Amino acid sequence: MAPAIAIGSAFDNGHSVSMSGDTILEASGLTKEFKGFVAVSNVDLKVRRGSIHALIGPNGAGKTTCFNLLTKFLQPTRGSIHYNGQDITAMQPADIARLGLVRSFQISAVFPKMTALENVRIALQRRRGDSFDFWRSERALTEFDDEALALLADVGLTEFSATLAGELPYGRKRALEIATTLALNPEMLLLDEPMAGMTQQDIDRISALIRRIAANRTIFMVEHNLSVVASLSDRITVLARGEVLAEGDYATVSKDPRVVEAYIGAGHA
Amino acid sequence: MATDSEMIDVVQVDRPGAIGMPMLHKAIFIGLLLLGLVAPFMLYPIFLMKVMCFALFACAFNLLLGFGGLLSFGHAAYFGSASYISAYTAKAWGFTPELAILCGTGAAAILGLAIGSLAIRRQGIYFAMVTLAFAQMVFFFSLQAPFTGGEDGIQSVPRGYLLGLISMAPDRNLYYFVLGVVFVGLLVIYRIIHSPFGQVLKGIRDNEARMVSLGYRTSRYKLAVFVLSAALAGLAGATKAIVFQLASLTDVYWTMSGEVVLMTLLGGMGTVFGPILGAAVIVTMQNYLATFGDWVTIGQGIIFVVAVMLFREGIVGVIARIIRRPL
Repeated sequence: MAPAIAIGSAFDNGHSVSMSGDTILEASGLTKEFKGFVAVSNVDLKVRRGSIHALIGPNGAGKTTCFNLLTKFLQPTRGSIHYNGQDITAMQPADIARLGLVRSFQISAVFPKMTALENVRIALQRRRGDSFDFWRSERALTEFDDEALALLADVGLTEFSATLAGELPYGRKRALEIATTLALNPEMLLLDEPMAGMTQQDIDRISALIRRIAANRTIFMVEHNLSVVASLSDRITVLARGEVLAEGDYATVSKDPRVVEAYIGAGHA
Repeated sequence: MATDSEMIDVVQVDRPGAIGMPMLHKAIFIGLLLLGLVAPFMLYPIFLMKVMCFALFACAFNLLLGFGGLLSFGHAAYFGSASYISAYTAKAWGFTPELAILCGTGAAAILGLAIGSLAIRRQGIYFAMVTLAFAQMVFFFSLQAPFTGGEDGIQSVPRGYLLGLISMAPDRNLYYFVLGVVFVGLLVIYRIIHSPFGQVLKGIRDNEARMVSLGYRTSRYKLAVFVLSAALAGLAGATKAIVFQLASLTDVYWTMSGEVVLMTLLGGMGTVFGPILGAAVIVTMQNYLATFGDWVTIGQGIIFVVAVMLFREGIVGVIARIIRRPL
């Protein structure tokens, strides 16, 4: 992963709508301890509305733990998380999704035994509320079909609408996952290594997609691929040994000697 | 599973969206009904009723396992307790058969709600163990409680008069009543699977964490399907008690929970029609090979091993794969 860091200030912020400095997600003093081991220690993080914010760091830096804390899949030991000014520290993951804060997963999170159309529709179906109508025909769901097809078309999956998601190639699965997430029209997306395991061709396609969907949303992502981070992000937080090491745009961060040391080791700095 | 290079062999489902029951399923349901209508002229009605009750039981179990992704190892509790309640209300209180069956079903639903609300807090093997533990408690309760008749069970339950009018004593009369109950039960299960609620269930089965991230409070859906499954298993057990005029410890014993797992896996977990076939095969074996005594159990064990080793999708699952249609 090291060589990519030399790309320099290739970052592009032409797509971000608002750089007003307005904070959408804020974590303060975020700490997670596992039986004496401190995975995330006292992390302060502010994500600006409309930005693409990346969280990077060497292996074992606590990125995934941090991500799971922000999405409420883990409960922090200490610290607080505010979303749009609301304290969400004690909320359940399903409930923050309802506030418009939706996460993706590192391993592709499609519903393998459902068709691509059904995958997207299950998200649209959320609008029906907590419906337990087991007596009604699934015909009731056809009202969402047009919208689901439009979302599939958006990510280039029109021809796969009737294909079982489990049969799709990896890159297409990721695209389907994004279509499913977009179906909720979330205000903020949290992406867990969106490029993990992808071919270069897929990376280009998904990068373009992320840039497009970021036009009117905030995106926070954990990503290993530094050239992707460099080209997409407005702001980068570098995590090492569970603590924030540096923060800024790519140009600033990539020149920071502590970051270079964390990534390559002191001998090369 | 599929990578970029495996693009050629993509399964196209014949229904991209949902457009009601596909022709094939309609045809199978009509075929089953016709078969059910003529079968008592060729086979022993009591045997057929036993097959039907177990088919419904297996389908109810499959609703939970195959579509909710929850492996309960204590479904005998709902089957058996419903059979006790149905037998007791029919015998001691003189309830008509349909009312007795409704009481049994209701009792199973309530028991399902109580056990389910505790069990769904655990996942995977722990879930199975919790359901088994509660089922064992229900077994010991049935053994000790005064109204269940202990080792004897509740015997010579009157078949009574349907709606107080039609005598259920002739096997043929009872048979068509049971056929009606079971067929409606199967249609209800089919509808549950193919409802908006059923879609949510499949989502939870396929990827629960993802459903949570989409804003679904998954435990409520899991509890709902648990209660539905328990109630339908109860419907099967309650009906069986009227058919055999008996409720006994066998119905609530853990081996009954194991048998329904076997039927479902053999027929095809997560298929609509598999458990019906699985139940038919197992009940037929038990009935016609009964003279071989314990060898039946060994035969079942061998079948189970073969099914798990060679065709995990079950008989109907394999057929569905070959004809490339969901069954």
